This record gives sequence, structure tokens and C-alpha cells, in this order.
Amino acid sequence: MQPVPANKAFADHVYKTDAIVLRQTSTGEADRILTVLTPYLGKLRLIGRSVRRPKSKIGGHVEPLMHARLMVTKGKSGMDAVSQAETVEAYPALRSNLERTVWGIYCAELVDAFLPDEAPSADVFGLLADTLARLNAGEEGMALRWFELHLLAMTGYRPELQVCTQCRGALAPNRFAFSPDAGGVLCQTCEQANRIEERQTPFLTPSVNALKALRYIQHQPYEEARRLRVPSPLANETEGILRFYIRYLLERDVRSTSFLDHLRRQAAL
Amino acid sequence: MTTPSRSMPPESLPSVAPVARLIEEFHKLPGIGPKSAQRLAYHLVRMSTEDARALAEAILAVKEGIGLCGQCQNITDRDPCALCGNVNRDHTAICVVEQALDVLALERTRAFKGVYHVLHGLISPMNDVGPEDLKVRELLRRLEDDKIKEIVLALNPNLTGEATAMYIQRLIKPLGIRVTRLARGLPIGGELEYADEMTLIRAFEGRQELS
Ligand SMILES: [Zn+2]
Ligand SMILES: [Zn+2]
Repeated sequence: MQPVPANKAFADHVYKTDAIVLRQTSTGEADRILTVLTPYLGKLRLIGRSVRRPKSKIGGHVEPLMHARLMVTKGKSGMDAVSQAETVEAYPALRSNLERTVWGIYCAELVDAFLPDEAPSADVFGLLADTLARLNAGEEGMALRWFELHLLAMTGYRPELQVCTQCRGALAPNRFAFSPDAGGVLCQTCEQANRIEERQTPFLTPSVNALKALRYIQHQPYEEARRLRVPSPLANETEGILRFYIRYLLERDVRSTSFLDHLRRQAAL
Repeated sequence: MTTPSRSMPPESLPSVAPVARLIEEFHKLPGIGPKSAQRLAYHLVRMSTEDARALAEAILAVKEGIGLCGQCQNITDRDPCALCGNVNRDHTAICVVEQALDVLALERTRAFKGVYHVLHGLISPMNDVGPEDLKVRELLRRLEDDKIKEIVLALNPNLTGEATAMYIQRLIKPLGIRVTRLARGLPIGGELEYADEMTLIRAFEGRQELS
């Protein structure tokens, strides 16, 4: 399907677009550089002039994790600038809860890390908007796992969870491994062959239930997946598997996870 | 003479190594773009030697005679700082701010009679800046003194400011100390029509009885 072109009903030097603000950095006297995700123009870096001033008409609409409708003026040299903004959705309940705020930041960080600048973005935009709305509605665990697995699929890192990634053979229960390097599961034979040939890379041995849960999340629409009852040890295991895979792909930790872990340690006290 | 190693001034200006170095140093300052850095550097070139020396000495003096107050963590030339050492301030109320400049802004209003605590940053999970990178532990240590009755959170009304406020509030809650925050609402001189959704929600939450 061809992407719907952005509305270009205005003069050539301005365009209108929806955008979710992924992150911002301060620059100059009171400006910010915004990294935004748009449905049809991919990921953009825009300058918001004077948006840090309390009287800015734009600032309150372009905070991170806000979905806004922007009017953008093309920069003659350098960055395009936000010239008008209105909020489409601010996700206020997400913003007034610390964990949900950080999960939202986590989702934005993953989108920024996995989606290349010029890549088509309509499906990822929809996924992020839906996920922020789910976090705003108080849904967490499943909403996040669904987000992770589907973001990975949309950006070309869909893990193979059905058959062995090397021999395409079926998996025997409790005789398989999850290998980020292989991009999915390995049967015992392939995993052992790799070990003997010293081609072994870090791997996990998930439980059968964790594999089944991940397969289900990968194949079902969210409305089905959210009905799945996942006891907390299993939820922790699926979260751990995906974090292991994501860390392998990015070759680093996702930055916002260190604060999430800090909050969890504190809650456990 | 050596030639400047990194960024060269544009062709229209003589590329003199010490000037290039000065431009580079100015360029590192917040809010100073390449153009302003050049203007400042060439202004200094034309300055009298006395004025230049006074400026250089003032810069060195802030590095040599200045540190953080052991109580409020604000920048000071003595410990405790003038505010913490002032017996006329209300030492039972601590206003928590992000940076030293915020203390100046609040002091100009003369609206607050208590003392401050400067965090030196906000929790920013996207940049991996967590509580351990801020002066949060120092704040909790001050709260062990049971004369503290109120904590005023005066943090920016944005995502990182809110996250930091929620985090600190959570830490203080079990201590039974009153936690307040600055009202969030419409800016003076602003127009309702242009207000964003979050500002309007917060302004409604903070609405007040007309007496
Ligand atoms: Zn195999
Ligand atoms: Zn002090």
C-alpha cells in the first residue's frame, strides 16, 4: 500500500503533520531540538524556537510522549522549525504515574533506536500511539510485550519462535534455546552442534510456557493477547527474554531500563 | 606560531591562534553559537588590558573560591551559604529546585521565606540520569532533622520535572513530612485559547475559591 502523502495544501515552505515527540534536548537560549515520529514522514528532527519560555504557545504541546498536530516551516538552511502546534492526545494519566511515564519513555526510546531516520513509519506510529493509550489506561505488562515484539517485527528484527532458525526443524519441549545471534530459537541438535564447533553465542533456555506466550503475543492482535493470563514468574521470564534480545541487537542497555530497575528495587524494599 | 588545531574562524577574519582558541572556548558555553562566540572574542581583542584582566580574574575566582553549600548544595563562597546561615529564614521549610538559577528566580519574588535544596539536574530516564546522579541523598539526609515540616517541590512542569517530583514525593511520603508543589496553571499574560491540554487540566485541578 502506498503511504498517504502528508498534507501539502499550504505553501511549499510549510507542511502539516501529526507527530509523537520521542525526545527533546535543550539548545540555545530557550529552544529545543525535538525528535518526533510522524505517520508518513518518518522520524524528524525539528527545532522548537523559544519553547522553553513559559509563554510559548508551542512548548506545552510538544513535551515528550505527546501526540500533537504540527505546522512545520522548512528551514532554509538547517532544521525545519515547528511554527504551530496543538495537542491531539497528552496521555494525562500516564504523565501522573511515575512507572507509566518511564515505560512510555522506554517505548519512545526503542522506537528511536530501532526505526531508521528515513524509514516508512505509519505502522510504528500506530503501534506507539496505541501503546501510549494503553499505558494511559493502566495496562502495562502485556501492552509492553506486545509493543516490543511488534516493533521488532516492523523494523526487521522479528524473532523466529516457531521452528529452529538453523535447520527449520520443529522444536521438542524443553530441548531448545533462544539465541539472539541466530535471531530466534534453536533446536537442541543445532545448539549442540554450535557448541562443539565453538560457534556458540550467548543464549537462553526459556521455559515451554514462555515460548508459547511469546508466540501467542507475536501472532494475536492485542485485544486477544491482553486476555492471556500470565502469572508473574512467566511475565518476568518473557520480559527478560525480550530484554536480552533487545540488548543484543542494540549492543547496549536501553537507557530508561536502569531507572525502571531502580524503581523496582525500591518497591521491593 | 602554531595554527589553530580545530575549528577555524571564517576566511574574512584573520586566523590568529589565540583568537581561534578563545572562540572555541566561548562556543562551549550554553546559548553561544559560532557567530556570538566570534563577536565576543573580537570584542575582547579590542578590550583594554585592565578590563580583560578583571574578567579573567573574575572567571578564575568563581572556580577557586566557590563550592557547594554542605546543606542546600547551592553554589556558594562560604559554607553554610548566606541563605542557610541566615537565622531569619524559616528553616522548617525546604524548597527543592533543579538548579542554582532557580533559587535566584524564586528569591527575586521574595515570596518564599524558607531555605532551598538544589538537585543539580532532573531525573531523565532517556538520558540515563537517575536519582544517584542528583543531590537526592543529600536532601534525604537533611530530612533526618525532625524540625523540617514542609518540602516545596518547585520543579519544571514538564516530563522530567514531573517524574523527579513524583519520585521525591514517594521517598518523602513515609517520613510524614508535608509535601507541596508549585501550582501549575496558566501563565500571566497568556491566553486561554492557546493553552495546551495539560496546562488546562492542571489549572482546573488547582482552581481556587474566589473570596
Ligand atoms: Zn535445528
Ligand atoms: Zn546553603
